[in-house]
Amino acid sequence: MTQPGMMELTDTSSSAIAAEFLRARRRAGSPAMGMVMTLVFVVDEEDAEDAMDTARAASREHPARVLGLILGNPRGPAQVDAQVGIGSGWTGETALIRLSGEVTKHPESVVLPLLLPDSPVVVWWPTRAPADPADDPLGKLAKRRITDAAAVPRSKSKAMFTQCRNYAPGNTDLAWTRITGWRALLAAALDQNPAKVLSASVTAERISPSADLLSAWLADRLKIEVTRKSSDGPGITDVVMETKEGRISLVRYDGKLATLSATGQPDRPVALKLREMPELLAEELRRLDPDDIYAATVKKMVRMHHANPTAEGS
Amino acid sequence: MTGTTFDNPLRDPQDRRLPQIAGPCGLVIFGVTGDLSRKKLMPAIYDLANRGLLPPGFSLVGFARRDWADQDFAQIVHDSVKEHSRTAFREEVWQQLSEGFRFVPGDFSDDVAFDALRQTILDLDKVRGTGGNHAFYLSIPPRFFADVIGQLKEHGLASPGEDSWRRVVVEKPFGSNLETARELNAIISEVFPPESVFRIDHYLGKETVQNILAMRFANAMFEPIWNSNYVDHVQITMAEDIGIGGRAGYYDAIGAARDVIQNHLLQLMALIAMEEPTSFDAKHLRIEKQKVLESVVLPRRLDLSTARGQYTEGWAGGVKVPGYTQEEDIPDDSATETFAAIKLNIESRRWANVPFYIRAGKRLGRRVTEVAVVFKRAPHLPFSDTAVEELTENALVIRVQPDEGITIRFGSKVPGPTMEIRDVSMDFAYGGSFTESSPEAYERLILDVLLGEPPLFPRHEEVELSWKILDPIVEYWARHGRPDTYPSGTWGPESAVKMLARDGRVWRRP
Repeated sequence: MTQPGMMELTDTSSSAIAAEFLRARRRAGSPAMGMVMTLVFVVDEEDAEDAMDTARAASREHPARVLGLILGNPRGPAQVDAQVGIGSGWTGETALIRLSGEVTKHPESVVLPLLLPDSPVVVWWPTRAPADPADDPLGKLAKRRITDAAAVPRSKSKAMFTQCRNYAPGNTDLAWTRITGWRALLAAALDQNPAKVLSASVTAERISPSADLLSAWLADRLKIEVTRKSSDGPGITDVVMETKEGRISLVRYDGKLATLSATGQPDRPVALKLREMPELLAEELRRLDPDDIYAATVKKMVRMHHANPTAEGS
Repeated sequence: MTGTTFDNPLRDPQDRRLPQIAGPCGLVIFGVTGDLSRKKLMPAIYDLANRGLLPPGFSLVGFARRDWADQDFAQIVHDSVKEHSRTAFREEVWQQLSEGFRFVPGDFSDDVAFDALRQTILDLDKVRGTGGNHAFYLSIPPRFFADVIGQLKEHGLASPGEDSWRRVVVEKPFGSNLETARELNAIISEVFPPESVFRIDHYLGKETVQNILAMRFANAMFEPIWNSNYVDHVQITMAEDIGIGGRAGYYDAIGAARDVIQNHLLQLMALIAMEEPTSFDAKHLRIEKQKVLESVVLPRRLDLSTARGQYTEGWAGGVKVPGYTQEEDIPDDSATETFAAIKLNIESRRWANVPFYIRAGKRLGRRVTEVAVVFKRAPHLPFSDTAVEELTENALVIRVQPDEGITIRFGSKVPGPTMEIRDVSMDFAYGGSFTESSPEAYERLILDVLLGEPPLFPRHEEVELSWKILDPIVEYWARHGRPDTYPSGTWGPESAVKMLARDGRVWRRP
């Protein structure tokens, strides 16, 4: 899977990788760096290519040094292999680094010398993530830690709940990013139909960390009970808010086009598509300070779970 | 607007992921068949919809003298979106948007057509839920403003109902001198209150222009040297490599100075020169910009401190191009300038004795708009004369377009055994460091109109002040001879070079 222009480094080290970055930039004719952050991701071999493509696409908006880490077999002698290159057509740099042997337990030692000076560090776990990202050796290097509960192979709801319980400032989950559009439209709908919300419901696929978060957000902001219902999806399909003045609903059955309805008003179609990974990641990289609203939402989710332990986390 | 007492619990200032979506509303464009409308407005509207920033039920009404049905209009928009939009074409976005398209055929003097427009708007409020909120975009020549605005008033389109708004959007030129600007304003302000009038100067919607404020007021390292102690002079350039294209009639009556200096370049100058505003809301920004424009004084000798030119036949970028007077529909004896350069002084402590040189022109070396702040030389150079022979002044250049970014020029040692210092430059490319395709200026501006956020729109006071600056120059030119000439594809007439040489300075080659 070596891409053109990538340099293959076998049994290498961080300083050799750093030297190769510099050589590659010189070869391209410009030793200047326009990068704004270091983006580190940790994946298994089979997901590495997809993750790299996503990171590359997202770093068009936020030029980054992208370091992909593949943690291989922890047995055997320690070895670091890498494919290093600079982007052609954009200002980023990428290295896909394979660790095997004992060094798989010390990936931070490989990453630390490769972090860009001063600029922020983001760690992203495209699939499986540590239970407590902020306490992870790699996570500790980062200002922003991105997990994706919906992408873990099994027990997605539980994964989401684990992330909620172990929230630390700077953590965020792509399940939350996926509902920005829903939240924006619901907030706008309430702007236009200002009335106290009495109750609400969220309908989605049976297992949907995003729907759980959306319910928790609504419950937290509106101080009401939110009913969570199941449908065939895709993703979230209906959100209904009963207000003093009538009902507001936002429904989307095809994953693309939604309809916003409110009592006494014509139905209004609105584009609300399931977003692609690069777009989600790019949104996450746009703001690197802790997301306070997410913090409040995950706290609410933990409280809701304790009040009714069967509803989530199954 | 709505819900003044209702505090939406789903909104929180901390929740910065949530985009501002305009409330229910519609946009009516007069002059939909024009270039601007097809190349900029329609694609910008689609891009906004694609980014999820338009309200559900948003409607677009076209008004023009064409025998079209709604579908024909939708087809025109479809074609222009496909060709010019910035973001990818998505069927479902298009479908949602196009359901809100309406077309009203008619003349600006046609009462029946305006009645139909009123009916269309009422229907949209009912069918699409636009809530009585409508903006009227006048993408038409100013001579029709009186007609259209009069009609809007007469048919009750200009006055909003309770809890709704009506806004009017006008494009430059905002008049052609102080007098006509005042007349134009009288027409508009008779019907629309000042806060409902949005004057679009698309330059102010550009990311780089907004970045001027971020660069100046968010950093510690630039502001301390941003004054006459350190700055020698400032050059503001807007060069186009093209000729006048199909705008002969308009351009020949206006000329380079009134076409772009009055609006774009004086606004740029105001942003570069202004003091720190108390906040970044519309009112405080305007106060500061206005102060700069009020303190501008013209040099006493306009013959020595201005220059103008007209391009002649020549080779521009490897292509043979005609001279200005050979362009179609331009009279042979036209005295309209296609290049204008002026020197302005700002009478304030910060800018005393720091001239601002402003130039604009067509058929120049290349297309570029930039602001160059040129610093004084270091007061003492502990090097031999030969060592610093190649060193010029330090400069900070803000590139507005194309290739948006900032360049800093400073001296550095040339590697080798001798001490030789030469200019080098350090570059920040906006496109490289952030989004590859930043939103088009029109997206931002249309969204701001719908949201009712005026910081990026010049108010009438600023328009009048900039005409007060430019009018004496244009009048002086009209009384004194003809423009000089310059071959197409060069950087303007010799007189512009001499104008700076008198002050011991040279134009930067941008």
